[in-house]
Amino acid sequence: MDVNEVLLPGVGLRYEIPVADGGLLGVVARRDGEFELMLADDDPDEPRPLLRLRRDEADALAGILGAPRIAERFADLTREVPGLQAGQVEVPEGPYGGRPLGQTRARTLTGASIVAIVRGEEVIPSPGPETVLAAGDVLVVIGTADGIAAVERLVAG
Amino acid sequence: MHVSVGFLLELGVVLVVLSVLGALARRFALSPVPLYLLAGLAVGEGGVAELPEAAEFVETGATIGMVLLLLVLGLEFTISEFSASLRRHLPSAWVDLVLNAAPGALAGWMLGLDASGVLALAGVTYISSSGIVARLLTDLRRLGNRETPAVLSVLVLEDFAMAGFLPLLAVVAAGGDWAQAVLGVVLAVGAVVLALVLSNRWGHQLGRVLTHPDDEPLLLRVLGVTLVVAALAEAVHVSAAVGAFLVGLALSGEAAQRAREVLSPLRDLFAAIFFIAVGFFVEPESLVPLLGPALALAAVSVVTKVASGWYAAGREGAARRGRVRAGTALVAHGEFSLVIVGLVGLSDGRLGAFVAAYVLILAIAGPLLTRYAPGWVRVGGPGGPPGRRVAAVTA
Repeated sequence: MDVNEVLLPGVGLRYEIPVADGGLLGVVARRDGEFELMLADDDPDEPRPLLRLRRDEADALAGILGAPRIAERFADLTREVPGLQAGQVEVPEGPYGGRPLGQTRARTLTGASIVAIVRGEEVIPSPGPETVLAAGDVLVVIGTADGIAAVERLVAG
Repeated sequence: MHVSVGFLLELGVVLVVLSVLGALARRFALSPVPLYLLAGLAVGEGGVAELPEAAEFVETGATIGMVLLLLVLGLEFTISEFSASLRRHLPSAWVDLVLNAAPGALAGWMLGLDASGVLALAGVTYISSSGIVARLLTDLRRLGNRETPAVLSVLVLEDFAMAGFLPLLAVVAAGGDWAQAVLGVVLAVGAVVLALVLSNRWGHQLGRVLTHPDDEPLLLRVLGVTLVVAALAEAVHVSAAVGAFLVGLALSGEAAQRAREVLSPLRDLFAAIFFIAVGFFVEPESLVPLLGPALALAAVSVVTKVASGWYAAGREGAARRGRVRAGTALVAHGEFSLVIVGLVGLSDGRLGAFVAAYVLILAIAGPLLTRYAPGWVRVGGPGGPPGRRVAAVTA
């Protein structure tokens, strides 16, 4: 898949994705966090504007579009690397609800990585150390079986 | 503390009236800049409703507005965007500079202005309003268009040229000779390079020193440092505006992003005061005889700006209609044309009035032209990739 990246000085970036369904899908990521989608199917110079998304709307859309992909990729990855597993760990009402992910020091202590957080219908892919956990979150963990079990014990407190 | 009822009332009424008119202008994707100018004309000396009590504040506020305009411009600036624009559109920048500065210089000479006036007018006709144009492209939903990167690149390079131009102008306006002017420019360009190196190497640390998780301390720090640097720059005749631009340049990444968010509302307010001030100090009577020449120069600028946009968009491979869109988008003049006049001082009443009229015309004509003119153009023509399908009707 070739994604073309065009710099829009002062405004942001434009990604151009050829879609098999026809035309060129343009995604403008504006500096202020908003997104614009457009489709060039008639005049390549002037794509048809499709949609404008606020920051939170774009997040929600990305979560929906990205969710199945994340699971798929992990399945591939764990099949390719022997000993590597993906697991799900629920965050209980415990010491880490309401605190940032970084404070669990999960990777340092267990060697396993938390690659996504599933919160209700929302998926937070590649959460950073500053991402705040909530009780009921499901952590998608990649690591050895021992490592995943250790993360489970860790978040239980 | 003494509260001046007159002052509050005058300023309040002006702002309320502007907000109503501004909302109306925005609906039609027009710039509010001409409204601010007209408001300034109406309430200034010799206007229809003079505001004596607010005059002092308008004058002080205008200085802050000018500093904030340049500071936020510097914050917008990233070295990667600049170098990418330079690599791709250096020829476009030259075409833009030569085609658009020449008519201004010629007009200044024909009007019998002095060296600083001629230079100022060259700058006025050269620089498009990056504020109006970027907003227009967003409002007209043209960010996906092929010609848009060309337009934005030209704007970035114009803004950068301003950093060299403003100190040159400041020195010439202060009555310095050519040696001093050259020294001033060397000093300023050196400072710009230094700010960029600083931002590239130590921008991170600099950001950490200035930034703060809460908005209020961040605002106070950035504004405070900027005003101090602006004052120092003015003291060595590099102009406060350039000093503020340098501070903006030196901040990068996360710190610049936060500073931009916190400062933008303040910039909007004081920039409005600045535009009002320009109108404020122009006497409406002095404007009338200059309307004709201003209109003529504006017409020339439309042609030369369309030509430079046509050339730049052609480098991106845009077809005829895209090239017209690009050219007409660049027609809008606004804040920086007025900053230039502010810098020379409105002492020569004619220059201020002339430029006010010129900006008034192009700030209105630019958005209207770029909205409707491409529709008058036959689709296709040279520049587009061969064999592509073309829409029969595009809005």
